[in-house]
Order: sequence, then C-alpha cells, then structure tokens
Amino acid sequence: MAKKNYDVIIIGAGVVGSMIARFLSRYKLDILLIEKDADVGMGASSANTAIVHAGYDPVPGSLKAIMNVAGNKMWDTLAGELNFPFERRGDYVVAIGDEEVPLLDELWERGVKNGVPGMIMLSGDEVRRREPNINPEVSGALWASTGGICDPFAVVIAAAENAVMNGVTLMLETAFEDFVMEGNRIVAVKTNRGTFGCRWAINCAGLYSDVVMHKAGVRPEFKITPRKGEYYVFDRAEITINNVLFPVPTPISKGILVTTTLHGNTIIGPNAQEIEDKEDRSVTRDGLEEVWQGARKLVPKLDLRHVIAVFAGLRPGGNAPCETPGVNYNKDYIIEIPAKVQGFVNLGGIESPGLTSAPAIAQRVVELLKDAGEKLEEKRDWDPIRPARPRFRDLSPEEQKILIRNDPRYGRIVCRCESVTEGEIVAEIHAPIPARTYDAIKRRTWLGTGRCQGGFDTPRVVEILARELGVSMLEVTKKGPGSEFLARPTKDVEG
Amino acid sequence: MLKQKYDVVVIGSGPAGLAAAIEAKKTGAEDVLIIERAKELGGILQQCIHNGFGVEIFKEDLPGPAYAQRFIDQVEELGVETLLDAMVLDITPARHIYAISKWSGFAELDARAIVLAMGCRERTRAQIRIPGTRPAGVYTAGTAQRFVNIEGYMPGNRFVILGSGDIGMIMARRLTFEGAKVERVLEIMPFLTGLTRNYVQCLLDWDIPLQLSHTVSRILGNRRVEAVEAVQVDEKWQPIPGTEEIIPCDTLLLSVGLIPENELSRKAGVALDPVTGGPYVDEGMQTSVPGIFAAGNVVHVYDLVDWVTEAGFLAGRSAAKFAIAERKRTARQVKLQPGDNIRYIVPHVMDKESLAESDQRLQMRVIKPIEEKVWVEVLDGENLVTRKSQRYVRPGEMVTVDIPQKAYDAVQKADTLTVRVVRR
Amino acid sequence: MAEEVTKMICITCPVGCTLEVTHEGKTLIKVDGNQCKKGIEYAENELTDPRRMVPTTVKVRGGVHPLVPVCTAAPFPKPRVFDLLAELRKVELQAPVKIGQVVLENALGTGVDVVATRNLPAVN
Repeated sequence: MAKKNYDVIIIGAGVVGSMIARFLSRYKLDILLIEKDADVGMGASSANTAIVHAGYDPVPGSLKAIMNVAGNKMWDTLAGELNFPFERRGDYVVAIGDEEVPLLDELWERGVKNGVPGMIMLSGDEVRRREPNINPEVSGALWASTGGICDPFAVVIAAAENAVMNGVTLMLETAFEDFVMEGNRIVAVKTNRGTFGCRWAINCAGLYSDVVMHKAGVRPEFKITPRKGEYYVFDRAEITINNVLFPVPTPISKGILVTTTLHGNTIIGPNAQEIEDKEDRSVTRDGLEEVWQGARKLVPKLDLRHVIAVFAGLRPGGNAPCETPGVNYNKDYIIEIPAKVQGFVNLGGIESPGLTSAPAIAQRVVELLKDAGEKLEEKRDWDPIRPARPRFRDLSPEEQKILIRNDPRYGRIVCRCESVTEGEIVAEIHAPIPARTYDAIKRRTWLGTGRCQGGFDTPRVVEILARELGVSMLEVTKKGPGSEFLARPTKDVEG
Repeated sequence: MLKQKYDVVVIGSGPAGLAAAIEAKKTGAEDVLIIERAKELGGILQQCIHNGFGVEIFKEDLPGPAYAQRFIDQVEELGVETLLDAMVLDITPARHIYAISKWSGFAELDARAIVLAMGCRERTRAQIRIPGTRPAGVYTAGTAQRFVNIEGYMPGNRFVILGSGDIGMIMARRLTFEGAKVERVLEIMPFLTGLTRNYVQCLLDWDIPLQLSHTVSRILGNRRVEAVEAVQVDEKWQPIPGTEEIIPCDTLLLSVGLIPENELSRKAGVALDPVTGGPYVDEGMQTSVPGIFAAGNVVHVYDLVDWVTEAGFLAGRSAAKFAIAERKRTARQVKLQPGDNIRYIVPHVMDKESLAESDQRLQMRVIKPIEEKVWVEVLDGENLVTRKSQRYVRPGEMVTVDIPQKAYDAVQKADTLTVRVVRR
Repeated sequence: MAEEVTKMICITCPVGCTLEVTHEGKTLIKVDGNQCKKGIEYAENELTDPRRMVPTTVKVRGGVHPLVPVCTAAPFPKPRVFDLLAELRKVELQAPVKIGQVVLENALGTGVDVVATRNLPAVN
C-alpha cells in the first residue's frame, strides 16, 4: 500500500521538473518531486550550451517555438527571484562567406513569425569589430538582443531549492518504476523506495519520458532518441569570446557553436549524434574531431593546448508531430493532459530550447491543471525569493574581509583555480538541498572546473564532505553510490 | 602577527621557496616571510616519500621529507616568518600582496622583493583529451600520491598508469608496495620519459609491465572506472586500428606532464614565455617586473630537486640584494605632504641627495584663494626648512617653491616635509 | 660454469649507466659501461646480494597525519622486501615522531634498521 499520499508527484528533477515544482509550490498542494540520480539536474540539464535562446530557430507554429519565445521573456524576473546568474548578452548567427547570407534571411523570417523582438542584421565589418577573434571571412550576422547565457546547474538548483523552501518534498536516488492504476486513473507511483499515492503524476523524465508515458499507456509510438553532443571548455586566461556565436543551422541542429560561460571560459560544441543508450555520456574521438573542425570555422584562433575539459551531454529528442494545423514538423514538444488517462500530465521530447522554455512549460502545466478543474488555491506564505549564498570570488576585497571575519572558513581557499572557499563548500553541504557528493559541490560552486580540474581540491573536498556528513572518507562519492573515490586505508591490505 | 612590510616575501615553500627564503635571510634581508597554502612547509616534497633527493647538494640519497626537513630546520633557525594554510589572491606589479587564511583573515602586505615559487601543476585528462566516460577513479599521479602517502587511503586496487615520467613509475612501485596490482604502465612516446634508474627500481624490480608507443584510447565505466582501452600509436601518436586492448582496472593514474603554475605571475603582470609556460627571467632570476623574482618549477619543470634548490638560492640572493637596495633608496627619500590650504604637491617624494646637486622645485595648487600676502612654508614638523612670500594665492594659478641647496642638512633629518600656506 | 654477459642499469645515481657485466655465476669478471667505480660495486652486489632502499610509511596515532614516512637506513635484501612491508604494516607509532627515530630495529634479522624520515608533530 502507498506509504504516503500526495496531491502531485513530479517524476524527474531536471530543469523542467524542478521548475514545475517551484511554480506549483505556490498553491496549497502536497507535492513530491522524485529524482533517480543523486542530485537534481543530472540529465539533459547537466550538459548543454547554457544558452537562453531568443527563439528564431524553432519552426513557426510549433509548441517549441511558442514555449521558447514565451520562456525567454520570463527569465529576468525568474533570475531576480531565484538569484541565479543570468546575462542577456545577445547572440549572433554568423554567416561565413557569401553563400551563407541567404540562410540568415530565412532565420530572420522565422524569428519575425515566432515574435522574437530585438533582431538586427549586421554587416561583416560590424561583427568583426564586436568580436575580434571571429573568422575574418565573416560576411554578416543575425543579432538577437534577447539571447542570454546562464549557469544551468544554478538554475535547476535554485528552482528546486525554492520549491523545497515552499514545502515540496524532494527525494533523490528515487527511481520511477511503474504507475498504479485504478481503471484509467493513476492513483500511485511505484519507485525503488516504495509506492506513493497521488492525484496527479507529472512526467518530467526527460530522456526516459517515453518509458514513463508508455507505463501509463499513452502514445505507444512515441520514442526518445538520445542525441549526443560533445563539448570542449577552454582556459579563460588564453581566449575569450564576448557573446554566443552560432553558425547557420543545419536541418538537424543549431550547429556547432562558440560561446562563453558566465565565468569567461570559452565553450565549443555540440555535435549531434543519435544513439540508443540513454546513459552513454562518453566522449568520442570522432565526435571531438567534428566539434573541433566545426568551431574553428567560426573562430580559427582556437588552440587545443588551452582545452581544460571535454564533456558530453544527451538531448532527449522526440518524434511527436506538431498539432498546429498546417505545420509539418515531427519533433515537437508534448505538454498535455491525455484524454484517455486521468491524473496524468504528460511531457515529452523537451529538448533544446528546453532550458529556455522551462518557465513557460511550468506556467502551461499550471494552466492545464486549472483547466482540468484543480482549484489551485494560493498559499499566503509562498516565498518566491530564493536567497543567494555568498560567492567569495565575486565579492570586493572589503566584502571578503567581512565574510572571513564573520566565518573564518571563508578564509580557506580549497579550489585555487576558481577561488572557492571551505565556507562555500560547507554552506552547500548544509543547504536546503544538501550537496552530498563531489559533483554536487562542483556544480554549485564551480570548484574543480578550472585548469587543474580538481587535482588540487579533490583530497580536500573529500575530507570536508566526510567531516560534515559524519562519514568515513571511504564513503564519499563523486556522484552517488558506486562512485566512491577511495578503496581502502593504505595499510589495510587484504590477505 | 604579520608585519605591514617585508624585505622579501616568498610564495610557496617547496624546495625553491625554502631555499629562496634561507638565502635571502643569509644575504642580509631582515624580514622574510613565506606564504604557503598547505598546513606545513615542504610543498610536494612531503608526499614524495621515496629516496633519490639530495645526491647533488648533500651527496646523500634522501627521501623527499628528509630533504625538506633540512631546509625547514634552517628556516626556523634563521627566523624566517611563515604564514601557513594561506592563499595569495593577488599580487600587484608594485609588490602589494593580498592573502587570506583562516587564521590571519584577509591580509594585505607590501614586499620590497617577491620570490614566486609556486611550483607546477599536473596535466589532466582533459588536456590530453582521453575519450570515454567521466567516472570516479581517474586521478593525476600527484593527487593519488597525496591520498596514499599523506591521507592514508588507497584510491583503488587495480591500476593502469599512463605516462612513464618519474612520478608515474614511482607511484607504480608505491602502489605495488601497498598491495595494489599495477596492470600496466603505458607511454605514448617510443622511449621512457623518466629516469632510467626509476625504470629499474620501480618497474623492472617488481615485474610491472611497461608498454612504449601506447596510450589510453577510452575510459569505460559510468560511476567508477571499470576498464580502460589501450592502443598502440604510430610515429605521429595516432592510434593504430586493430591494436585496441581492454584492460580491466578500477583506477587510471595520469602522469602526463607538469605545467608551471603562473596564475599569480600573470596577475602581477609578469611576462611569460609561451614555450616554458614560465616567466622570462634574467641571470639573477628576476622576471620582467622589477623586484619580482621566480625560482624552481614555476620557471620551467626540472627533473632533479637539487637544481630547484640551487635556483631558489639564486633567486633568494637576488631578491635580498634588490630589497636592500630598495631599502637604501627609500631611506634617502623624503615625502612631501600637503598641509594647510594645499591640495597637492608634485613631486610626491624627493631624494634627499638631490639637494647636493641643485635646488629642487616643488609645484602645487592651493585649495582656497587668499587675496593678501602669504607665506608658503616648507616644514619638517614645526621646524621651518624654507619659505616663500606670495602676494596672493589662487587655485587657478600654480604655486612653486624651491628648496635651496643650503637646506641640505635640515632635510637629511626629515621623513616628511609639509607645505602650508599662512597669512603674513 | 660458463662465462656470461648480463646487461644491468646502475641505479646508484641519476646518471643510470648501462653496464655490461661479464660474470661466471655469482663471480664478477668485468664491468663495461660504468662511468665511475660505484658501477663495479653495484654489479657485484647485484650478482651476490641485490639490495634496495625501501621507502614506505607506517601508521601514527595522534599525529597531524595518520601516516609517517619511513625508509630503511641502508639497502635491504631485495627478495625480502615484501616481508618487510608486511612487517611494517603492523607498526603503529605514537606522535610526535622525530626524524631518524628507529621505527623497526634490525628488520627481519638483517641488521638493517627502518627509520622515520620526517618530524611528525602531535595534534594539539
């Protein structure tokens, strides 16, 4: 029998699940957010370009286009409330050589149809002036002022944390197994940690959204095909890019782009390789070569010697046809309450621009629930503000002095490349969503992301995690059970 | 308690830093401070427990910690100050240092000379772009060495080591000594990159297989390393298809090179050589920024610690000489300070000896107009050095006063000269 | 017994000379390739009684670190190195430890002592 009954169970704590949890936490609902991994935002939300897209790319009339443009407009308020870093720097689609210029016109047309504000066509000279490292053969660019960059981990964590602060229950390492149905109604969700009753289940399972909806008997023909994208990160001391540079798009993706993190590191990628395995985030030799060639077309000055990290992410590409009449497109988002199953909000195929769209998707889910007759009474004490914790490296010397005076742990730098202090690590371990693994701390503080890639900080972080969690250093993991750092004490030899 | 100003500040207390501090003190520097990020002196030597250090300098074969101890003892005897468990955040070209620690808080201090001795860092997996997954169990050799020798934990039981540099080979023996299985040492070059004696006493002696012209082409395992794929490479270091071999293991150690650590040098405006990755230096180890010196692996990566120590001695000596000269030079300087109704004075400081050669002209502006006769006075405390009469002073009209050569003796006694305007 | 030539690499110093050692069983006949006389000594020892310095660590209670580095005070018989390491795993010292302090006397009856190679203060 069900351990506990909830009004709503959200399956999956990526950016979409966390954002929905945060939007629904406003109402008098008992909400459970379950996540199979050891931390929130470990799937598609964990490895992407970190771009808030303007919206000129999706096919006009598709749900993707609508969500993209609507989502984009919500980011300033959201960043203010949830206190995550976000900068609207604008983005460029860059044409190299004369033959690519007509493609910019096509994008312009799409952008106009999608209702994207603030687009400008720039000459090659103007682009070269604004972005000195760009390929000198640039012939023009579409500039969209509403494009932005963010830190996707920070977004997911802030949204989930604000949800938790407002009463949502988050269970990590809790994997969806099946639904319990009564007739055509979902009444409970079975997980590896027991069965939980619910009036509504919301499918936010990303790469696994097909599996989840099939268990509810919905859309048997829907299939997620993971599309792998590989990336390089460069040392910020060696090269900097001011804005997001897209190539002109190809039929299957927005292409291999050159962008910058909020921290100033240049990132190149992704390629787009369709695979079967939903957990295969391995980087391949061929994939890296493809990304390298693609990025050098935009910025020939890139130098492989300055690479500090490579990684791969998976986009949950779907095959849902667009439901707008007259629009021939079959990779659209699904955001629906299916007619044949009760108590089910079904989402699927939320690939790029899923991060941008997440707040609009959450808003749409709220409306779907209202339309289905949920009363959604607002809590009087709902707090939309998620306070930021101090980031030592972003403070002025005066502020740093005060911080250290109040808590000397902020005076001990644990990650030398990114200037992350012990105080920040301890704060994350004891935050509303505790960071209990090395990678969880890394995603929250950017520790270990610099040029030494954790070589210096790892032993120190393992020690701090063990101390703060009250466990042995042998139990400290990189990303959950099975990823322990250490095997045994040096002097304990078996046999 | 930290002082506000030091003759020589040494950043890092590995072999280069210890030697620099000792030699600076012996050369005559008065206040010498070492800033070290670890909780104890010695740097990486403390985790290099193997012998092989000191053959050149001491004609002895010492373990790393014992080698360090000899210098640490001298540092203590000579009264060098230390700030441990601390990190330097920034250095300005004017040798102003910002450092923090749990114990000292946020500290700012000035150095007449600085020795950069931050050593080097290890190249990582990303820098050689090994394909595959990103599980736990991939460590640089130095990180593993710290776990095994200092923290007291083995990072795995079955190892593959990439790189036949000295650290890689020494770790192969070390792990074998502690009961682990080292399946293979792989080297992409067709030759050994470490010392031959380490090949004998670390690999051959204990039957650890070495494969030259081989590298790791893939890492397998989602949570923890489960295996690596090794592959033979051609003369252009490209994998030869068909030579792939899966080697089951739980840990991959990387010993694929060291890079001088110069983040702080950049902040201080020190010019770096793109070939070495370290600062350009002169014969005394001075960098492109006057008063900032560098020694050891921060300059270029050495293979023997003894030579790092020698470089440290040289840099310490040069830094002390620079600091002493700087001290003498500033001891001869007198500050010029605006007093009543003076907004600023140019020059701001003056060499007292300059009066031996000629009169010295001061230029200044007043704050408020005074439309009557005034004295513009130059004073050492309350003692008048010289004065000049003016019919009026106005902010829009610059005022000049000459300090005459005959004031030479009066100025020698002064630290600061104040200039003020008084009504006659 | 027939004369044979064995190649060795001298590990006495970082130069690492490649030696061509002519010998009859354990009897040294001549050494070629050595740059100093230590090479001859090394070759002779390798034939009769190969020895190695053995650096490792032992456990410490109450110290600033849980281990202290140690090393044999003289080269130790190579065939017995793993026995020595097993013996040293049983040792547990009490901090503070002084450099040069004997950790294991006359290890395995070889006459070789094992000594600490650094000072390890006690935790305050």
